[in-house]
Amino acid sequence: MTTTTTSEVISLRGITKAFPGVVANDDISLDIVSGQVHCLLGENGAGKSTLISILAGMQQPDSGTVSIGGQPVDISSPKVAVDLGIGVVHQHSTLVPAFTVLENLMLGDSGVMRDTKRATQRLGELAELLGVEIDPHALTSDLGLGQQQQVEIAKAMWKGSRLLVLDEPTSMLTPQAIEHLGESIARVKAQGLAVVLITHKLREAYAMGDCVTVLRGGRNVGHIGVDELASYSEEQAQDAILAAMFGDDLAAAGSDAVDLAGAGEAQRETAALDLSSRPVRLQLSGVTSRGPGHDVETEDVTLTVRAGEILGIAGIDGHGQQALSEVVAGQRPAASGTVVFDGEDITRTGVRSRQQLGVRYVTDDRLHEGTVGSMSVALNLVIKRIGQAPFWKSGRIQSKAVDIEADRLIAEYGIRTPSPATRAGTLSGGNIQKILLARELTGGAKLVVVNKPTYGLDLKTVHLVRELLIDFAADGGSVLLLSTDLDELIELSHRIEVISRGRLVGGVTNDGPGTAEKVGHYMTGAIEGTD
Amino acid sequence: MSDLLSTAFVTVFVATVIAQALPLMLASVGETIGEQAGVLNLGLEGVMLIGAYVAFVTTLTTGNFWFGMLAGAVGGVVANLAMLVLNVWLGLNQIVIGLAVTLIGEGITSVLYLQNYTKSPASLGSQPSMPIPGLSEIPVVGQAVFSQSGIFWVVILITLGLAFAMARTNWGLSTRSAGQKPSSLDAAGGSVMRTRSIAVVLNGALAGMGGAYLALLTTSTFSPMLTNGLGFIAIVITMLSRGRILIVMITSLVYGLAVAIGPALQVSGVSVPADIIKMLPFLIVIVMLIVFARSSVVPPALGAAYSRGAR
Repeated sequence: MTTTTTSEVISLRGITKAFPGVVANDDISLDIVSGQVHCLLGENGAGKSTLISILAGMQQPDSGTVSIGGQPVDISSPKVAVDLGIGVVHQHSTLVPAFTVLENLMLGDSGVMRDTKRATQRLGELAELLGVEIDPHALTSDLGLGQQQQVEIAKAMWKGSRLLVLDEPTSMLTPQAIEHLGESIARVKAQGLAVVLITHKLREAYAMGDCVTVLRGGRNVGHIGVDELASYSEEQAQDAILAAMFGDDLAAAGSDAVDLAGAGEAQRETAALDLSSRPVRLQLSGVTSRGPGHDVETEDVTLTVRAGEILGIAGIDGHGQQALSEVVAGQRPAASGTVVFDGEDITRTGVRSRQQLGVRYVTDDRLHEGTVGSMSVALNLVIKRIGQAPFWKSGRIQSKAVDIEADRLIAEYGIRTPSPATRAGTLSGGNIQKILLARELTGGAKLVVVNKPTYGLDLKTVHLVRELLIDFAADGGSVLLLSTDLDELIELSHRIEVISRGRLVGGVTNDGPGTAEKVGHYMTGAIEGTD
Repeated sequence: MSDLLSTAFVTVFVATVIAQALPLMLASVGETIGEQAGVLNLGLEGVMLIGAYVAFVTTLTTGNFWFGMLAGAVGGVVANLAMLVLNVWLGLNQIVIGLAVTLIGEGITSVLYLQNYTKSPASLGSQPSMPIPGLSEIPVVGQAVFSQSGIFWVVILITLGLAFAMARTNWGLSTRSAGQKPSSLDAAGGSVMRTRSIAVVLNGALAGMGGAYLALLTTSTFSPMLTNGLGFIAIVITMLSRGRILIVMITSLVYGLAVAIGPALQVSGVSVPADIIKMLPFLIVIVMLIVFARSSVVPPALGAAYSRGAR
C-alpha cells in the first residue's frame, strides 16, 4: 500500500482531548487527503502536538473519531498506527543515539532474526524515494541533524505508509537542509502519500503546503482549501492565516505578529551600529573547556563581545553551546586559554565572584538548573544572592526585603503569578523564563549569557524576551546569545558566529539580507568538512 | 614450588576456577540482560540465595541435580516477581525494591535453613561428570574442563545462546532499545512493558540458576549467606562489561581465578594469612573498579520507569 491511485481521505471528526486544567484539542475536525501536503499552523500550546499524538496512537481522544477511507479506526497504540501506515516524525528525535542507522530502522521489525539484508535493501528504496544518501552503518549520534531527520523520515515510512506526519521538522535545520526537506516532501507527495506538516512559520506553510488548517487554543479556527490557497498570492494567504492565528489580538500584535509567525525572512530592523569604538566587555582567547561528562567541549574558542553588543552563536544543538556558556559563567573550568572581563582576567574566578562582577547566565534548562520548582517565586528571584544583604543578615533570611524585591521584579517583568509565595514549578514555561531573566538582568548585570532563551515559549513571551534582550543591549549591556533558531539570531544579533563541534568555524556581520544563507553555509560546511 | 605445576594440581586449580566463576557468570549475564533493558536489579543477591536454597532442598529431596537447577531457576523467577510487578509495571523506585528483595532473600533462606537443617547439616555429594569423548583425554584440560558435569555444558550453551540472541535477533535489539531510549521502542510499535518483563524474568531465572550452581556444584551444600556478596559483585561486573556477554564471561573467570588462587597457594606451602586469601576476590574487584570504572557505561534509561508521553 505504498501508493494509492485514487485519493483517500483520513478524516478526523470532533476530536476532543482534555488534560487536567487545559483542553488541548476542542472538537477538531479535518480531512487529510492523499497526495496533498496539509499544513497545521498554530502557536505553541495550540494543540498541534496533541493532535499528532492521537494520530500516532500515543494518546487516545476523549471523544471524536478517526476514519480512513470511510472506515472508522481505533488507534489504540503506536503499533496500531504503524500497522495502519501512519508514520510520524516527532519533534523530539525517537532515534536511539547509540544504535546504527540500520539498527534504528529495524527496531520494531517482526521475526526472530534481524534481517539486515532486507533492511539494507528497503533503506536503499527509501533513500532513492527521498532523494538522499544515508550510510546504513553510521552511528546515529555521529549524523548531523538534517541526516538524522532523513533517517527519521525513512523510519516513519519503513513499513509502507499512507500518511507521513512531520512535527516541526524545520525548527533546527539550516536553510539548505530545509530546502532538501522540501524536495523530499514533494517526492513523497508525488508517490501519493498524504503528508501533514506542522509548523509555526507562515512562509513554510505557503511554500510547502497545499492546504492549511490553523489551530488556536485547541480549536480549528480556520481552513484554507487547496483551490483557495493556490489562487491566493503569498500576501493574501498570509493575511488570511494571520487573521485566523491571532483573531482579535491581531490589531494589538500588529506587525510584530507577522515577524513572529515567520511570515517573511527575518531581518534585523535597526541599522548596524558601529561597535568597533565601544569598549571590549568580554574577551575569550583560545579557550578550551574541560567538563565532567561526555558533553562536547569548546575547542580553542576566541571571541570578543563589546559593550552594547549582542553576539549570536549559531549552531546545531549539542555542539558545545552549553560548554561555552558555562565556561563564561564560571560553572566549567577552562583547561587552557583566558577569559577576560572588562580588562580583568577572570579565568580562575568562581561563579559567585563573576556574578558580582556582572556576568550572568540564563540557562536553557530553566526547569531544573534555572529554578527550584518547589520553592516560591520570591525565593527563586533572589536565589543567586543567597547570604547577601539586604536579603540575608547574619545568615538569616529577611523575608520582608525578599518580598519587596520580588514584588518589584514581578511587576517590572510582568511575571504572571498568583502571589510571590506561589511555588515556581506551578507556573507556565514563559513565566518561569521571565523569573530567570528578571533575576539575571537586574542588580548590576553587564554581560548576560542566554542559551536558547525562547525555546518552547508562546509567541507573546518570545516577543517579550527578545524585547528585553534588545533593551538590555541598548542600555549598554552585552549579550552572548546562543540559539538554534536562526531567525531569532538574525533578528537580535549584531554579529553571528557559528559553532560546530566546539569550535567557532566562521563569523558573519548581520548587516542585511543574505545573512541566513551565509550562516547556513558555515553550518553545513562545518558539518561536511569534519565528516 | 614444583608441586605448583604438577598435573594433578593444575587440574584441580582449573576446575576450581571454573566452579567459582560459573555462579557469578550466570548472575552477571542475567543482570546484563536486565540492565540492557533498563532494569537495575539490586535484589540479585537475594534472588541468588533463594535460587540456591530452593535448588538445595529440591536436590536433597529428589536426589536429582537437574531438578535442582530447574527449581533454582523457577525460584529466581518467583523472587523476581517483586521487581516485575513493582518496578516494571507500577514504576516504583528500583533501588528501594531491589534492596528489599536482597534483604528478604537473605532473611528467608537463613531462617528456613536454620529451622530445617542445622541439626543434621546435609551435603549433596557430587554430580556425576560427563566427559566429552576424545577431548577429555587431553592432559590437564581434559580433566579440568572437558570432564565437567552435563549442567556445566548446558549453562555454557545458554550463555552463548543469549550472547548470540542479544547481538543478532530482533529480541536483542528491542531489549537494548528499552534500556537506551524506551520511547523509541514505543514509537516503533514495540512494547516496553513486555520487553522489560521478559528481561526481568530471564534475569531472575539466570540469577536463580547462578545460586543453584553455587549450592549444587560449587559447594555441594547450602549455608546461610552462602553467596557472600556475589550478587553485588555480579552487578559490578555487569556495569564494567558494558553489556557485552562475552566480556562478562571473561571477567567472571578472572574472579574465579582470584578465589582459586588462595587455596592453591596454601596447598603449595606458600604461607599466606587466611585473611588475605579471603580478601583476595574483593581486592580484585576493587582493583578492576579502579582501573576500569571510568570506562563503565550504563544504558541511559537504566533505573527509570517508563510511562508513555512523560518526558
